[in-house]
Amino acid sequence: MLAGQALRPGRTAAGAIGTDDTARPAPRPLLAVGLAIAGLALLPLGYLVIRAIGADVAALDLVIRPRTLHVAASTLALALLVGAGTVGLGVPLAWLTTRTDLPGRRLWTVLVVVPLAIPSYVTGFAFLAALGPRGALQGLLAPLGVERLPSIGGLVGATLVLVLASFPYVVLSTRAAILRTDPTVEDAARLLGDRRSTVFRRITLPVLVPAIAAGALLAILYALADFGAVSLLQFDSFSRAIYVQYRASFDRSLAAILALMLVAMTLAVTWAELRLRRRAVAYASVGRNTRRPPTIVPLGRWRWPAVAFCGAVVGLALVMPAGTIVWWLIRGIGQGEPVRLVVDGAVNSFIVGGAAAVGAVLLALPVAFLVARHPARLTTFIERATYSGYALPGIVVALSVVFLAVNAIPFLYQTLLLLVIAYAVRFLPQAVGSARAALVAVGPRVEEAGRTLGDGPLRAFLRLTLPLLRPALVAGGALVFLTTVKELPMALLLGPIGFDTLATEIWDAASEGFYARAAAPAALLLVLSAGTVAVLLRSEERGQ
Amino acid sequence: MRPTVARPIVTVVLAALLAAACTDGGSTSTPGGSEPAAESPSGTLTVYAGRSESLVGPLIDRFREASGLDVQVQYADTSELAVTILEEGDASPADVFFGQDAGALGALAAEGRLAALPSATLERVEPRFRSPDGEWVGVSGRARVVAYDTRLHPDGVPTAIEAYTDPAWSGKIGWAPTNASFQAFVTGFRVLQGDDAARAWLEGIQENEPKVYESNSAVLAAIDAGEVEVGFINHYYLMNALAEQGESMPVRNQFLTGDDPGALINVAGAGIVNTAGNPAAAQAFVDFLLSDESQQYFATETNEYPLVGGVSANPDLPPLAEIDSPDIDLSDLADLEGTLRLIQEAGVL
Repeated sequence: MLAGQALRPGRTAAGAIGTDDTARPAPRPLLAVGLAIAGLALLPLGYLVIRAIGADVAALDLVIRPRTLHVAASTLALALLVGAGTVGLGVPLAWLTTRTDLPGRRLWTVLVVVPLAIPSYVTGFAFLAALGPRGALQGLLAPLGVERLPSIGGLVGATLVLVLASFPYVVLSTRAAILRTDPTVEDAARLLGDRRSTVFRRITLPVLVPAIAAGALLAILYALADFGAVSLLQFDSFSRAIYVQYRASFDRSLAAILALMLVAMTLAVTWAELRLRRRAVAYASVGRNTRRPPTIVPLGRWRWPAVAFCGAVVGLALVMPAGTIVWWLIRGIGQGEPVRLVVDGAVNSFIVGGAAAVGAVLLALPVAFLVARHPARLTTFIERATYSGYALPGIVVALSVVFLAVNAIPFLYQTLLLLVIAYAVRFLPQAVGSARAALVAVGPRVEEAGRTLGDGPLRAFLRLTLPLLRPALVAGGALVFLTTVKELPMALLLGPIGFDTLATEIWDAASEGFYARAAAPAALLLVLSAGTVAVLLRSEERGQ
Repeated sequence: MRPTVARPIVTVVLAALLAAACTDGGSTSTPGGSEPAAESPSGTLTVYAGRSESLVGPLIDRFREASGLDVQVQYADTSELAVTILEEGDASPADVFFGQDAGALGALAAEGRLAALPSATLERVEPRFRSPDGEWVGVSGRARVVAYDTRLHPDGVPTAIEAYTDPAWSGKIGWAPTNASFQAFVTGFRVLQGDDAARAWLEGIQENEPKVYESNSAVLAAIDAGEVEVGFINHYYLMNALAEQGESMPVRNQFLTGDDPGALINVAGAGIVNTAGNPAAAQAFVDFLLSDESQQYFATETNEYPLVGGVSANPDLPPLAEIDSPDIDLSDLADLEGTLRLIQEAGVL
């Protein structure tokens, strides 16, 4: 107990690692680049304001009514539950796969991240087919006299599906933080007599809080933007209400007003995350080179319960949707459906995803550098601005890009370049998070050393710091890749005419109820994504 | 267009950001000239197709071959494409909008985005399947049906839409109220029996706590999964699903009878965008969709109803003439807003 007190970190401990130069203002050219990137990210917001101003006052009563309040409350409930759920699954999984002797640890590591690749509508569909009132589970229970199971739609179902689709964000960010943490501090606490659980609560967990919060933020914003799962499980979130405006009344102004409400909610969530990050603690480490690999905790009799936990999560989040895809394929082949190979779609998905990943990392670097090395009001604003459009449903972002491109840069409209830029900007937060965390961990001393040896600031960064950031940049890029290849509305509306990706192929078939035809591209998407996850994890380990 | 003030601001911001000079994209297509019917169209035709490529792609391939035109097709959701054309404004690359419901076509027409079609084109189909102002024409028909779970209702379900307001159906109904064909059905209900009757029906269904889905195929999947017992959808979703999943799928269609508002025939249709760069090619495409060849394609490949006389539907379906479809002008879309208001007043949306 006493030792825990003694080692309890102060609020300013973070300064020991990353923020030596708080007072030093950011270089102007870098600030200009950061502001330009923030401006790009804020463009969809500008479009929404323009559209909202054009709203017909008489029609406003369709938006400003008790029902909208209900939608706001539902969305908030969903956000909180998804946040709690993803942390509840993600943190234990991250800990089990990094710090314990869990049997098959490496395999579980891959399996708990791959679900990120599965579009939420596939998970939602699998959920209905398996656990619906007359789904596969009811079929198994029928001999026991179970006629139908309770409905899984609504808040419960939407929460479950979205947690299963987005918990890997928390796993990834928490894992990275655990692998970065110096275990010597924990050892010291143990030597001073703290129990293992006390060490975890007082030493390990506080250090991980910012990473957990960053992962949960991505998961929550994913849930806010999601349309596939909420529409399938008939849950009234903002995202669905916005689609209703477009689809039912073709009213872009009312949709814009709802979208602005969603943006306000997004800002509240990111603000909460910022608060958690500011309260963060960190321990000064003697230096990277003297760090030991993390201590492995023997699970003992908790071994098999831990395996069962991992198995249950993987079963629901991965095996069930993947099994559904295989079932579509088998059933279709049984009915004589030809299996279409969608090589073009796969190649296009790979190109767009890869280019968007590279673009997002390039844009993320200046933003992450500014906020990590020169924390100030303005740099915080720049970083937060990149999140502003992240929770908007894809259709809103797509239409805003249509409007802006047609009016300002018509020569880029319906080109691959515009699609890639739109993706890179929209998914920027995924790359910024990991880059910022890594920059804080590396610290400015490396660059300072380079500068004392005569390098300019840019050269010192490129030569010394950038190589150390590589694992984090690859991880961020891989996240952008995974999200891009499964994204649909922007691929449909912004892609060059006739440009098919795996996601558009899946949509094309599934929207008409041709599930067997959707199965081949869906399976390819999974394989492509699983490969990316493997790359992501290897780069992370190489970083150690 | 509304954003006249905003547009220059956006332009300046973007231009400054990208340091890119705005040049006109240039029109790659050739205008048809004063007598479009006389000369054969050439150049590029851009189609915005709110229909699935797997359904209409082969048909468009045939047109590409027959016409020799460079046909570019943007496939996406019907209503999202309609909104995209509105966002694109005068710069829209689209020549033809090929949508799968009359509502989206009507929305574009209401915003003045569709050009008038020649009467020779319009008169290929009955008046009830085309725009009264001649701005779009239906090319294939889709009947509203009640799809039902055969495990629980082996003898079928009621043939009057009114019957489903009975509390016995509480919790057993699935519907897709954002779906345009559903809204067209409600409009039809209003035209046939008046606003009060339509509102009473909506409220009656609403009291039965129906489950709300986003699309017809989601309703169908929900019936298959046992989430609901009946759903109000279009007829051909079941045909497609049966082809893929086999006859053992426990869902069938109940066609409604007796001039029931629930027996409405909706259409997929096409219109020429008012800013079309190649109106002659656009006209040729619309006429192709109304040719016997295309109509036969809709009958056999998409399981829809051909709308041009002389081509018969899939023999598994009751013939179009035998469906007791109410005699209303389904293109009476001037009051889609009224329908939406009604649906929202009833607390459905």
